[in-house]
Amino acid sequence: MPLLQIENLMAYYGPIRALNDISLTIEDGEIVCLLGGNASGKSTTMKTILGIVRPASGSVRFGGERIDRLPTQAIVMRGISLVPEARRLFGRMTVRENLALGAYARRHAPAAEADADYDRIFSLFPRVKERLDQYAGTLSGGEQQMVAIGRALMARPRLLLMDEPSMGLAPVFVDQVFDIIRAINQQGTTILVVEQNAAVALSIAHRGYVLRNGRVVHTDTAAALLASDEIRRAYLGDEE
Amino acid sequence: MTFADILAILPQQLVFGITLGTAYGLIAIGYTMVYGVLFMINFAHGDVFMIGAYVGWALLGMLFASHVVPMHPMIVLPLLLVGAMVMTGAIGLLLERLAYRPLYQRGATRLGPLISAVGASIFLQNAVMLIAGAREKVYMTYSVFPRTWRFAVAGINVSVLVIVIASIALLMMLGLHWLVQRTWLGRSIRAVAEDREMAAVMGIDVWRVVALTFCIGSALGGAAGVLIGFYYTQINFYMGYAAGLKAFTAAVLGGIGNVRGAMLGGLILGIVESLAVTFINPAFKDVIAFVVLILVLMFRPGGILGEALPDWKRV
Repeated sequence: MPLLQIENLMAYYGPIRALNDISLTIEDGEIVCLLGGNASGKSTTMKTILGIVRPASGSVRFGGERIDRLPTQAIVMRGISLVPEARRLFGRMTVRENLALGAYARRHAPAAEADADYDRIFSLFPRVKERLDQYAGTLSGGEQQMVAIGRALMARPRLLLMDEPSMGLAPVFVDQVFDIIRAINQQGTTILVVEQNAAVALSIAHRGYVLRNGRVVHTDTAAALLASDEIRRAYLGDEE
Repeated sequence: MTFADILAILPQQLVFGITLGTAYGLIAIGYTMVYGVLFMINFAHGDVFMIGAYVGWALLGMLFASHVVPMHPMIVLPLLLVGAMVMTGAIGLLLERLAYRPLYQRGATRLGPLISAVGASIFLQNAVMLIAGAREKVYMTYSVFPRTWRFAVAGINVSVLVIVIASIALLMMLGLHWLVQRTWLGRSIRAVAEDREMAAVMGIDVWRVVALTFCIGSALGGAAGVLIGFYYTQINFYMGYAAGLKAFTAAVLGGIGNVRGAMLGGLILGIVESLAVTFINPAFKDVIAFVVLILVLMFRPGGILGEALPDWKRV
């Protein structure tokens, strides 16, 4: 049974069709990457998984259970976390409070488990530990991305959704962030990543889906997508 | 008035101003917290405060008539405050559920809930008038705080009542501050206020947080109703309008959405008012209060502790 299974998903923003019959699966332990240009439906797919956008028809199953009619917080409680586009930290709260809010779904867990989660995040991002009492809004873009990833991990998700993790980051940071995504995956978290920077994303992903106008137009292993002429032309910046 | 006269009256008036100001602050918190999570002015909040005053009045009458407990502040006040806060907290929950949530869940714009709030305000006033009658009610303040309970400090004549009112209001503000800063509920309230969608993505039940925010704000307003009832000794069913307007002004003065701002705004307004009554002209009391508001907003449009809000959060 796949960890996440999306079947025939349709979604609309008012009269505009955002998703047109999307189907995709994510197996336990995978990194799956969604590629596509602007308004191709990548972010909407993520928002639909989280219940932020309601599908008009189709289904989303997580661990075999239908989640497409659940409210967002109930979906999050089942083990899906998001690293949102542009990070969206709680800027008027400290880094510590942001991480604590990430653990909201697990707030009744023993304190020792939360301590272990903090330690895990400090080992992935030593810088975060130095910034704990600073307001999140005062951090640099790269630091904010670390906190955003840490915040999502605090919930111990089974599936981590990452929306454009490289956006707005210095090139040095981009490689670092993707190294960390790979490390998180190797520690046992399944990852769905939406990314404009197709080359970097495919270099760490197992499989990929290519979206265009709200449809899946292509799906294959990451290696095959990287090698495909069509993908190279459309998303990797190779000119014809 | 000579300078010596002013010096003689000033401390006395400051004491009154601080007392009144803490009560305004307590009401203002309800406006500011609800605005924080919903970006809406709950115009029925003044009437929730009024209901708190009525519940306190009814309980006080019952206690007095029953002769079950001695009429000592240490016994009477907690009973009245708890009774009023439970009742107004419940009304806050009902208001949110019946008057506002249905509108938001059907995709209401800014204006709909505001009009609903005005409607709720009219409804609550008339409900109280029908239940309790239109005549003024009298708090038997002096059966609990005898007139002789006063003392002089450095030439200022202070009654125990005034000290008790200000202390209770301050304690409640401290309690709220602790709740907002240190508890999961408080963190959730701040998260919903800052970014509702991301709060839900953290696993927070946003509507539950909104409902609890209404409940807490209303309960504090209800407590203020009891305190003001004791202070002014006379209450009526339309007292929520003026008090609500004052407290709303205090919330805007301090920076709407900011809990500490509401407390500060209330204190400033209370002090300015009682000074204006003494040194200028009692008839100008409200004029002075609003002049202060206008002056502050001219130089700090977001209020004293407010921050520059993004366009979509502005009133």
